[in-house]
Amino acid sequence: MKDLRHHFETPLRTTAFHDRVAAANVLNEWAPWAGYTTATVLEDAETEYTAIRNTASLYDLCPMIKYRITGPDAVDYLNRLTLRDVARLPVDAVHYTAWCDDHGKLLDDGTLFRLGEAEFLLCCQERHLPWLADSTLGFDVAIRDATDEIAGLSLQGPCTAAVLTEAGFDVSALKPFRIARYPFKGGTLTISRTGFTGDLGYELWIEPGLALPLWDRLMEAGGYCGIRPVGSAALNLARIEAGFITTNADFVPADQAVREDRVRSPYEMALDWMIDFGKGHFNGRRALLKEHDTQSSEWAFVALDIEGNVAADHAILYDGRDREIGQVTSAAWSPVTKSSIALAHMRRPYDTRAKGGIWAEIYALRELHYVKLMMKAEIVARPFFAPPRRRATPPGRF
Amino acid sequence: MQSFDAIVIGGGTNGMACAARLTKGGKRVLVLDAADRPGGAAVGGDPASGALQMPLAHLLMMLDPRVHAGMDLDQHGFSYAATDLTTTALSATGDHLVLEGPAGASVSGSLSDADRAAWATLRKRLLTYAEALVPFRALTPPRIARKAGNDMLGLAKIGLGLRRLGREEFREFLRLFLINVADFLEDDLTDDRLRGVLAFDAVLGSWLGPRSPNSLLVYLNRLAGEAAGTRAALALPKGGMGTVADAMARSTAASGVTLQSGARVERILIEDDRATGVVLTSGETYRAPTIVSAAGPKQTLLDLVGARHLDTGFVRRTRNIRSRGGAAKLHLALTARPDFRGADLATRLMIAPDINTVENAFNATKYGEVPERPVMEIVIPTAHEGTGTDDPHLLSAIVQFAPHDPRDGLDKARKQMLANTLNVLEDHAPGIGGLISERELLMPQDIEARYGMAGGNWHHGELSVEQMLFLRPFADVAQYSTPIAGLWLASAGSHPGGGISGAAGWNAAERILSGVAA
Repeated sequence: MKDLRHHFETPLRTTAFHDRVAAANVLNEWAPWAGYTTATVLEDAETEYTAIRNTASLYDLCPMIKYRITGPDAVDYLNRLTLRDVARLPVDAVHYTAWCDDHGKLLDDGTLFRLGEAEFLLCCQERHLPWLADSTLGFDVAIRDATDEIAGLSLQGPCTAAVLTEAGFDVSALKPFRIARYPFKGGTLTISRTGFTGDLGYELWIEPGLALPLWDRLMEAGGYCGIRPVGSAALNLARIEAGFITTNADFVPADQAVREDRVRSPYEMALDWMIDFGKGHFNGRRALLKEHDTQSSEWAFVALDIEGNVAADHAILYDGRDREIGQVTSAAWSPVTKSSIALAHMRRPYDTRAKGGIWAEIYALRELHYVKLMMKAEIVARPFFAPPRRRATPPGRF
Repeated sequence: MQSFDAIVIGGGTNGMACAARLTKGGKRVLVLDAADRPGGAAVGGDPASGALQMPLAHLLMMLDPRVHAGMDLDQHGFSYAATDLTTTALSATGDHLVLEGPAGASVSGSLSDADRAAWATLRKRLLTYAEALVPFRALTPPRIARKAGNDMLGLAKIGLGLRRLGREEFREFLRLFLINVADFLEDDLTDDRLRGVLAFDAVLGSWLGPRSPNSLLVYLNRLAGEAAGTRAALALPKGGMGTVADAMARSTAASGVTLQSGARVERILIEDDRATGVVLTSGETYRAPTIVSAAGPKQTLLDLVGARHLDTGFVRRTRNIRSRGGAAKLHLALTARPDFRGADLATRLMIAPDINTVENAFNATKYGEVPERPVMEIVIPTAHEGTGTDDPHLLSAIVQFAPHDPRDGLDKARKQMLANTLNVLEDHAPGIGGLISERELLMPQDIEARYGMAGGNWHHGELSVEQMLFLRPFADVAQYSTPIAGLWLASAGSHPGGGISGAAGWNAAERILSGVAA
């Protein structure tokens, strides 16, 4: 076994796809993600974004934290841990869920894969092993961090079904949030129709030893449409358009927050649709029920359409009387909707009545000088972009 | 089937006190006790069934006056064989020190004038501080939150009491609050025997050595107790400790409480996030809108309720309740009167020759080892009831410290502990080994198995500053209520802790009757 005392010599590890990503990363732009080296931009962020929206894109998902949860009590365990009713999740299906601490404040959100009657994979942004392990008391269940054991690859874009078919994996019958398995070079390729772009797309899960052959097979199959590896900058733009939240970008996990008012409940992050009060006890249930009954949520999570074309990153929001009423957490100029869009925390009740409208205070850096812009903002529906093709089954052939 | 307003799990001192108070408040109460006879740690042996059935507790010093009066214990067969018991600090050379009156009001024996004077000053100070803590014992611990149902008047009175100490004394109180008892004693006293017994008293029943931080606070808590109306006094009930349990059981029954022995609760029924009843190991189910558990908080929450009804963070805090028992209990039947080098056997006999011996005895347990020279508190109940010289006697001793997690296994540790204890006894009472007809040593694990006390700790959770008052057993449940509606805690694991007292049970009942929602 490797001498763990030398861990500091490799502060960042490389993923199973690193060789291919590094070859494609002509800008050599890297950033750390959960202890791994990941590419932010490979060649050109706009071109990469365009691949996501118009053809097909490949994104290295390996650093995503994955916990394997197995055992006879796995369903009961996950029902106590998370907000949604896991008993209603069929085998070979995925649902988007979240989990809270005792006070009903969010710890993280993620996707839960049901791989068997009593076998699950929980994928999320942050590490939670102590919380998951401490939650096992009283349940016959085993938890393992499987992050290193599974190489994840996100294939997103309107042409992806066609690319997969071309690569020899017929996904025409695979519905959104469902899982299918295919033989691949002596191993098993697991494909889920999931993603973070709000578009047609798939996530591919393979043993690390077969990661590079899989990459090569897909790049070859997608050559006809100009498939392109993408970095996190392009993906982030797509996910904002899709209205998806990112932990530690749009909310601070309750176990990491230092400031008392930074924690958020599901009601305050518009995730309350997940809460199933009828399924029995789950972490934070009593606090959430109280929040529901007393209408004591302090924040709302909203989508904004802001005038102008300067992304409103971290803009402070005001009402017409210059009262601070919120904060933008994620923002972008959206190429597909041709508007400046943002996700924001807004103090209640200003999400429903901000006298004099909502104003975003944006600082645009123009040749070394910040220019302060006060831009009118409007609350709009989320997602900003939701093409019907994302759900069509069989998927369209592009 | 008869219907009840409340079910109390556990018929020990706290369970019965709680039931009695609830009944006074107009509730119909069912008490379920797992043992054959109610009384928990105060249960005495049936004289017919063997000499060694001695109760875990062997002295009274914490009995809550509200419980004593409220349960009319005197009307139900309770009386004292000895009040204001004298303490003898035994010397292996026969040069004993005798402490008479509550907390050693007067000392006879070879003690220097300087130490006499210093002790008088220290004792006065200790009792003043202990007096300031007394009102806390009868109070639901406060919580720092709006609408927490705090007893603001009671708290104001306590605050006023503390202010009345005066600026100098209040500052001294704050200085001493978290200090270790060894430092406190070594500052002013020089006599090893005196320092030894005081240090021993401070750490009796706790998992602290005399040099552990906050060991003085635990001593102050002990001095805040009372017996027979006298603060910090020690007493022995007539007929042994078992009569306290019997009197409580009789009083409970007389007040209309239904008391069922041999009824072990397997789990608490929870329906729609409310405690609605209990299921016994026999399969029987009882229902009531209020369930009070006088079983320890760990056992109640993790075993009877179950983690799946609780939040993960809450379960973490429950698991982290520290409950290490450091005391072993020795029971001996002697064929004749032992001789502790002339010491009066009708006193509390202490073998704690100096602070370091007590500390060294504690050190061993940290590493799972049995101490070479254990220290102990000895009571010879038969000496108080006119037993003659040639008659058989019983000896009960609390022996410290016993490893709560013995490195070499329980059986080996128990054997070693007994041998070392008898060696120390032999040094102080030559020939006692030859008088022993029956012997029993209960290690902390034995105490846990017999009395259901987590870790064998008498208080159902260690008594030390981080687990006292509004942190007992931990902040979320310090006000006797739990996150499960209708479920309350009432064991010694709740404020103000253990000893044959009933205070926690009484407090819990008052809280329940006050109408605050669980």
